[in-house]
This record gives sequence, C-alpha cells and structure tokens, in this order.
Amino acid sequence: MKFVKIPALAVGCLFVAHSSQAIDLTVVSWGGAYSKSQINAYHDPYMELNPDVNIIHDESSYEAVAKLRAMREAGNLTWDLVDAVPADAIRLCDEGLAMEIDVDEMLAPAPDGTPASEDFGASLVSECFIPQIVYSTTLGFRTDVGTWNGNEPDDVCDVFDLETFPGKRALEKRPINNLEWALLCDGVAKEDIYDVLETEEGQNRALAKLDTIKDETLWWSAGADTPQWLADGEVVFGSTYNGRFFSLIEEAGQPVKILWDAQVFEYDGWIIPTGLSEDRLAVVMDLVRFATDTQRLADQAKYISYGPARTSSNALVGEHATLGIDMAPHMPGHPDNAYNVFFFNYDWWADYRDDLDAKFQAWLAN
Amino acid sequence: MVDVSTFAGGTPLHRKVQRSLRLQKLRALGLIAPLLIFIMISFVIPIGDMLFRSVENQLVSEVLPRTTSYLEAETIDDHWEPPNNLFWHLYVDLAIASEVKTHTRVGSRLNYEKTGISSLFRKSGRSIKRFGADEYQKAITKVYPELVSVESWENFLSENNQGELRITQAAFDFWKESLIENDKFSEKTKPSDFLFVVLANDIISGNTPLAKELLPIVTDLPQIKFKEQFLAIDEDWADPSIWRTIQLYSPNFTNGYYLNSVDLKKGADGPEIRPENERLYLLIFSRTLFMSVTITLVCFLLGYPIAYFLANLPFKQANLFLILVLLPFWTSLLVRTSAWKVLLQNEGVVNDILVAVGIISNLERLELINNQTGTIIAMSHILLPFMILPLFSVMKTIHPSYVRAAKSLGATPWTAFRRIYFPQSIPGIGAGSILVFILSIGYYITPELVGGTTGTFISNRIAYHISSSLNWGLGAALGSMLLAVVLALYWVYDRMVGIDNVKLG
Repeated sequence: MKFVKIPALAVGCLFVAHSSQAIDLTVVSWGGAYSKSQINAYHDPYMELNPDVNIIHDESSYEAVAKLRAMREAGNLTWDLVDAVPADAIRLCDEGLAMEIDVDEMLAPAPDGTPASEDFGASLVSECFIPQIVYSTTLGFRTDVGTWNGNEPDDVCDVFDLETFPGKRALEKRPINNLEWALLCDGVAKEDIYDVLETEEGQNRALAKLDTIKDETLWWSAGADTPQWLADGEVVFGSTYNGRFFSLIEEAGQPVKILWDAQVFEYDGWIIPTGLSEDRLAVVMDLVRFATDTQRLADQAKYISYGPARTSSNALVGEHATLGIDMAPHMPGHPDNAYNVFFFNYDWWADYRDDLDAKFQAWLAN
Repeated sequence: MVDVSTFAGGTPLHRKVQRSLRLQKLRALGLIAPLLIFIMISFVIPIGDMLFRSVENQLVSEVLPRTTSYLEAETIDDHWEPPNNLFWHLYVDLAIASEVKTHTRVGSRLNYEKTGISSLFRKSGRSIKRFGADEYQKAITKVYPELVSVESWENFLSENNQGELRITQAAFDFWKESLIENDKFSEKTKPSDFLFVVLANDIISGNTPLAKELLPIVTDLPQIKFKEQFLAIDEDWADPSIWRTIQLYSPNFTNGYYLNSVDLKKGADGPEIRPENERLYLLIFSRTLFMSVTITLVCFLLGYPIAYFLANLPFKQANLFLILVLLPFWTSLLVRTSAWKVLLQNEGVVNDILVAVGIISNLERLELINNQTGTIIAMSHILLPFMILPLFSVMKTIHPSYVRAAKSLGATPWTAFRRIYFPQSIPGIGAGSILVFILSIGYYITPELVGGTTGTFISNRIAYHISSSLNWGLGAALGSMLLAVVLALYWVYDRMVGIDNVKLG
C-alpha cells in the first residue's frame, strides 16, 4: 500500500505546486484590430516564454474609468492591466485608481542603454501612464468627388472651405481637436491656441468658425463611423484615427486619401490599477516590461499602422504581417507625414474638458 | 356556564384563529420573499443610492477639514484676499491629502464647478513637498533622534502633550487615520516631514516645557511663508472665486448637482442662471419629452389599425400575423438600428428610391437620419409591438355584438366605431401608451446611434457623465429628475384617465 500512496502524493503535490504558480491575468483593451495587434506582438510571445501566465482579454477600455471606479467602490478589483488613452490615465491617476510608475526602474532601457524615460520622451504625459503607441487623429477625403473639379485638399483649413470643397464633413462629437483646428484656421498661431482657448472670446471664436460648417457636418462618436460614411459616400471629408484610414484605404481599397496636415498626435498606453496583490503586481510588471521594450513596440507596428512610442523602436518598424506593405510610410511620425503636427495638451484638457464639453454640447444641441 | 371562546386544550378560540392566520401570512410572505429580496437588491437599493449620490458631497470637507472650517466664517466677495492663516490650514490639509492621493480627487470634484481647480490641486500636491519641511525634520530629529518612527511619535505626544501640542496631536491623528483609511499605512510608514513643521508651530505659539530645548532651534530655521509658497505654485490661489467654490461645496450635502441639471449654478447669493452658451439640460429634457410623446403618438396611429385588423381575424390567421408583429422582437436591437441607418441615410435605400422615382431630385435628398426624424422613425419601429400587443388583447375582449347592435339601431359604421368600439378600446390605448412612453423616455442606444446632435435623449447625457466625465453626482441628479418627471406624468395620467382604466388584456 505504501508504494501506491507515495507516488500519488507526489503527483498531488506537483499538481498543487503547479496550480499555485499558474496565474490568470485580465488585460483590458479596445478590441478589434488594435487588440489583435497587441495579442500578436505582446501577449502571445509573453505566454510562450511564461507558460504559467494565462492572459484573458477584456474589451472594456472605452468604459475603463467608470468600471475601475465602480470596482473600487465595490472593493473587488478584477482587472490587472488596462489600456487607456492619456486623458483617461490622468483621470484615473487623479482618482488614485492607477498606480504611479517609476519609468526608469520599471521599464526596460533601449538596446543601446538609453534610459526608458529618455526613450519615451514626451509621451510620458502622466505619472501613471506607460506609453505604447503614437496615433493621430487626422482628416481624410474621397478622391472621386465630381464637384471639386479635380482639386484636392492639401491644408487642414480646406475642411472649412465649402466653396472649393462642397459636401458633407464628419467630425468628432467632442470639443477636443475640433476647437484647435477651428482656431488654427481662424488665424491663430499654433503655439497660442491653448492661450486663446482659455478665454471666453477664444472659445466663442472657435465655435463661430465651426458654425460655418455646422449644417454640413455629421458628428461621429465611434472611430468606425467616418470610414463607413466615407465608403458609403455619406461624407466626402472627415476625421478619424489614422489606423482606421489605413484599413479603409489599404485593406478595403476605397478611393480615399489621408490629409496629414495638422494631424493631432495622441498616445495610447497602459495603466496598472492600484490595489493589486503583491504577487499579481510582480507578474503584471514583468509583462509590462516585456511588452513595452523596444522590439515588442516595433513588432506591434506589423499589425496596425500606429507608431511605437519609443524613439528606439522606430528604426525596427518593418512590413505589415499579411499585406506585405512597408509600414514606415504609414506611420503618423514618418517624416513625409509629420511635416505639420499638432501636439495635444493633455494637462490643459484635463482642466477644461468638463467646461468645454458642456459648452460644445450646448452649441451642438442648439 | 360554558365559555364559548374556550376549546379543548384551553386555548381561547380567537388566539387559535390568530395563530393560524399569522402562519398563513408568514407562508405567503415566504412565497413572495424571493421576489421581494430581488426587487430590493435590483431596484430599491440602486434608486436609493442614486438619490443619495445626487446630493452627497462629503469629499471636500473630508479631505480639507481645516480649510473648509476656516472658510465657513468668511464672506468672500470679489475683493476678498485670502489671509495668511488660511494657507497654513491648506498646507496641513494638502500635505496629508497628497500623501494619500486624495487631493486630486477633490481637485476633479471641484473642477466640475470651476475650471482649473483640477490642475491647481494636482500641481500644489506635487510641489508641497518642496516647502522646506525637511529642514524642520532634520533640526528636530537632531534633538530627538527617536522621532523617526510612528510609534515614538505617539509616545512623544502622550508624554509631552498637556494641551499645548493640541494642533500637532490633531494633525498627527488625522494623518495616521487618513493613511489607514486609504490602505497606505504599514509598519514601514515613516512620520511625514510636515508633522515637524506643525510641531515647531506649536512650540513657537504655546508655552510647552519642550520649548526650552526646541525653541532656539526652530526659531533659527527659515520661516516657511505659506501664502507666498502657494502663490508661487500658482497665482490662482489668490483668486477669490477659487476659494468661493471651495466654500460653496464644503457642506456634506449639496443641491449643486440639481441646480446644474436645470441649467442653474450655485452662486454666492443663491442659485444663478447659467450663461446662455452653457444651457443644455432643460433643452434636452424638453426634447426627450417631445420625442417620447411623438413616438407614442406614431406608435398609436400605426398600431391601432393593425391591432384592430388582427383582433378581427380568425384565430389561426391572427396568430400568424402576431408572429410577424413579434418578429422584430427576436432580432437584435443593434441590427435593427443599423438597418435603419442603411435605409435612411443620404445615399440610402429610401432616398435612392425617391430619387429614382423622381419625387425628389438628386440634390435635395431628404435628411432622414442623424436628427430627430431618425430617432423617431427608428424608435417607433422598435417600440411598436409594445403598443400593438395590449391593444390587441383588449380588442379581443370587445364583443362584436355591441357594434352590431349599434348598427342595427341605426348608427353609421363611423358612429358605431366612435361611440361604441373606440371607448371600449381605451384601456388598451392607455396601457400601450404608458408602456411606449416610459420605455422611450429612458431609451439610450438607438438615439445614440441615429440621433445625431438634435435627436439624442437625456439618457445619452447621463451615460456620458457616468462613463466618461465621471461626474456621477450630476448623472445621478439627471437620473433622479427623469424619475421625477415620469412619476409626475404618471400622476397626471392617473388624474386625467385613471390608472384603473388600463388593461393589458
């Protein structure tokens, strides 16, 4: 009997030991092509290296702020890592829902030894934000509009020019970006825009400029709206994320062109929720260190046309994994595209977002 | 004489009856208990929570207790200057808050009321460490080297505090409490350096025996000028309107969210009307009501003939048609809404047909979607079954002999319908209208997808405040207003039509 018992016990012990090591991580992101690019570039390779870690995907990033706050109130944190835009990261950081990051200690340096804080540079917009990609919100237009007499928009202000470029526009249903473009096209210098927008007159001035195209504009709230409207011919000119334009043009083959002028650079990245247990946190930190190193960020660009947030990754950007297109010219940061870039001021919007959103919505509703 | 109320066993009859009745009641209660508990958990508690959130405002005074109680007595007008003392209180409050990271929460709470407070608090919390408190720590721990642990602080205070270190004691207790409350307290926690500034302040202003040793040391240290320090972080700290906002939102309960939800705002002398370019919610409320009424009317006009037709068909055929009515129910809401997008858009099927037939020219295509028209069309379609079904089941119970009798007595078909049939169908109209109206007034997803800018409901703004701006108080206030509007309309309906006059079958 003894002989039988011992191996059984040993197997039992092994089993227990194994299951106590295996860990399920819930990683939250935006879904769609973007999540797929993360799974391909970060999660799958990480799980291959660490068979004990199992990553579960959740597509709730669009409501991450509210959900994390609800989780805190319920005292039950079920997420381990969350993909968030900087505006949300700042909010979560302010609410104490996201962990503050010591960039150089927690993230990998560049292969040449440049510390992470220098490699990420301007993309470190909040103490809690771990950048991944640079994307841009920019304009695109149909190339087959008869009434344009062969003219093509080459300036962001052409979106306000209904005479040369008649037809419906699509703009995002929020003040951010629209007010900046409006002021830019009303003659305000790029560096003065936020100063002007701080004043009541400046805000009215921006809205007055938008008034000139209000009747011709559809307002989108989902990133997929503009590509669909452009494809259907509902609009001829509109803004969306540059990755959406890439799939519309390169994957769906629609007669659409990107107008890179005054594209608005934005970041996207991770936040680590506060309140993780120590052992979970250790695994999450390890995953984050892996997923934000130079090679991994460059790998992501194989699957989606968003640029890596690290300077050192840019040189490693190669071809699209399935289309075989060289991805570098499609990156918002490529010199041919980034000739006139607008940098979004996150701190400023963190203050003014509530106020201007109320004013913008009141303007829209009237 | 025999006592009729006593049975064998000696228990009075009425008590026995009472007991068996009580048992029956308990059994009945047991049967409905699951439902009762379910309703409590899923309905009563959330609504109570929502009502509470719409007035609750404890955060500000919890995080800034000294500052808010100091401000209580102040009258802040446009020429008011914040006194030096106020910054001293603010310093202690913010030093504790920034250690447990609650200062930014107050900042974003107050930013809903006054733009700029969010970054003001964020910046100040970050810079407050650089006020020079570490010098005080160094100097005092030179004399009392043991003061580097929390425990020795506690001992030190209990030994030396005879009332002269009242402020230090209070600050220390509050500091420790805040850390514990926010899960930041552990064995490794070191006393924060601002505590030494507070201690020095007590030593200078009181006559504690400690002063003998410490007074020369702390008076030697460079004095921290709190007001100047705060103004150096941001000049906005001199702005009376910032302080007024903190003062207005110090009480534990506020009507501010409700004022916001009817386009007013809290002012120094009571509610003020918002400037025109910020008025939003009354417009959206009235739009929500207008569209809900229109949708109910459209559903009635479309549903009544269909229900009449169905009710007068033979049973077998009626069943088949009923399935057709119910068919949309089995299709996903999103699919139906997206289908309307395809049909109604500018380059969509409806416009294409109208152009092809020649009713409109290619340049004057109708705007049928991304506005109120789109919302009304799509939602009428979605809610139509809720009108047809109660109408149908009420019409089923109207016996044909009534109309026949009216006709045989000489009524025209129209009169017979108007005087005999229609009045009997009113309970069905009432039930259908209430159903459709109440469902539509709180609708969210369809207006979001097809409503554009003019066809959205108040629920879309509530969703924005819950999930995006995190202004849950305002979201709760808007939700409570919606609830109040529905209850008020229900009351009006009851007075006018009578709620007994509603039948689902």
